[in-house]
Amino acid sequence: METSLLVFLLISLAKVIVVVVITLMAVAYTVLLERKLVGRIQNRWGPSRVGPFGLLQPLADGAKLFLKEDLMPEAVYRPLYILAPMIALICALMSIAVVPFGADVRWKGVQLFEISDTNIGLLILLGITSIGVYGIALSGWSSNNKYSLLGALRASAQVISYELALGLSLVGIVLRSGSLNLRHIVDVQATHGLLSWNFFGGFQFIAFFIYLMAAYAETNRAPFDLPEAESELTAGYHTEYSSMKFAMFFMAEYANMITVGCVATLLFFGGWTSPFGNLLPQPSNPIAISLLSLFWFVVKVLFFLFLYIWVRGTLPRLRYDQLMGFGWKFLVPVAVANIVVTSFFIGLRLPLH
Amino acid sequence: MHLALFIIFAGLCVAGALNLLFQRHPINSALSLIVVMSSLAVLYLLLGAEFLAAAQVIVYSGAIMVLFTFVIMLLNAGREERTHGSKLAYIAGFPGAAALLGLLTFIFLNRRSSFGQAQLGEYLATTGDLSRVLFRDLLLPFEVTSVLILIAILGAVALARKEH
Repeated sequence: METSLLVFLLISLAKVIVVVVITLMAVAYTVLLERKLVGRIQNRWGPSRVGPFGLLQPLADGAKLFLKEDLMPEAVYRPLYILAPMIALICALMSIAVVPFGADVRWKGVQLFEISDTNIGLLILLGITSIGVYGIALSGWSSNNKYSLLGALRASAQVISYELALGLSLVGIVLRSGSLNLRHIVDVQATHGLLSWNFFGGFQFIAFFIYLMAAYAETNRAPFDLPEAESELTAGYHTEYSSMKFAMFFMAEYANMITVGCVATLLFFGGWTSPFGNLLPQPSNPIAISLLSLFWFVVKVLFFLFLYIWVRGTLPRLRYDQLMGFGWKFLVPVAVANIVVTSFFIGLRLPLH
Repeated sequence: MHLALFIIFAGLCVAGALNLLFQRHPINSALSLIVVMSSLAVLYLLLGAEFLAAAQVIVYSGAIMVLFTFVIMLLNAGREERTHGSKLAYIAGFPGAAALLGLLTFIFLNRRSSFGQAQLGEYLATTGDLSRVLFRDLLLPFEVTSVLILIAILGAVALARKEH
């Protein structure tokens, strides 16, 4: 069916608004989830005063951050000091645009559950991740504070090092599905439910663990949160930031976590497909299909967010030389070995032509 | 649509390049270079080279420019001083640049037929097409280039190694 440009633009605009609002809400409630869960892990309650079960806490936090005084130290380099948190947040929100989060349901010929369906979705995600580090690097430099600068230097070195392992760990997936299109990668895993997911049936669990660890380092989360190690660097790159500028960094970090969860779901755990495959009867009603696929996608992403918080609550922070050694001497060689073994098996199965 | 995007991003590219030259602080120059590289990626995309565009963003605007800013931050480079420059640059610079531009334009216009189908529009070279060319038709030059890069890496390691 042909779609006119106007209809396409209007539906796309609506999708962008809905996805951004949902992502920001998810960010707010991931913060609450983290505070609750880490509280439980440390044998305390976590926020419980604002609203039932502390459910209105994100609202109160948001109001507080909006109303705080926005301090601007004397010695900062102003243009970059203001630009840096925006770069961080914009890059974090942009990467959601290529993530497909539901079955192929169309309305007036436009895909409903994905902002843009591109051939090189995976590469776009990697590209946006590699741009996102400028937010952190520039914030530390422009703050004109030695703790900030050290945090930013650590962050850029860490992100460059782990980007390599991250990219290499995804090659096995690309080899197996023969495409860089995220929707296609999920479709390849859709045939037999759990058994055809890349994690189980594709034997990519080594790649998955490499991806997970590299992604934790890319998002500067525990146990790789050295750029903001409070025992050595006060607060690292965002020491000089306050009010909404600080909140932008905070939101960017959690939005990146959500993106990592989405990507891990899509690449290794079959995206929106159900783990039971064809054991359960498939609905034929488009609304039922949409709701079911959204349900599975959200469940899997929530699992990854839970894992993030669990890891943060349990593991101690690495030392800096351990971090670099782990990235270069362990993750990269294992990722290369994974590529060799995977391509060997795929080569055995494919006929020569 | 394609033409409008081309004009916007080509303009951005040229503006970034000029800003790179006129800025006196190295970090501003580095940031303008990022703008230039990213808008070049959009131009590649308009020509239908999607993999090249993504690689441009990941490798150049991402990895390489992060290293540039990293070094600038590490050395904490200050403002540059303005000098009068050499006389030779004043005398030979503009005519030389104009001659080079003229020569390139002449060659491009003359040899337009051998550039293949690449043009602004619906044409798309997929990643599969690109890899077929790289790993089948041009396999030997590709492998030789990778050996060259390996030699460069070994050279860098040899230079950076501490003497005992």
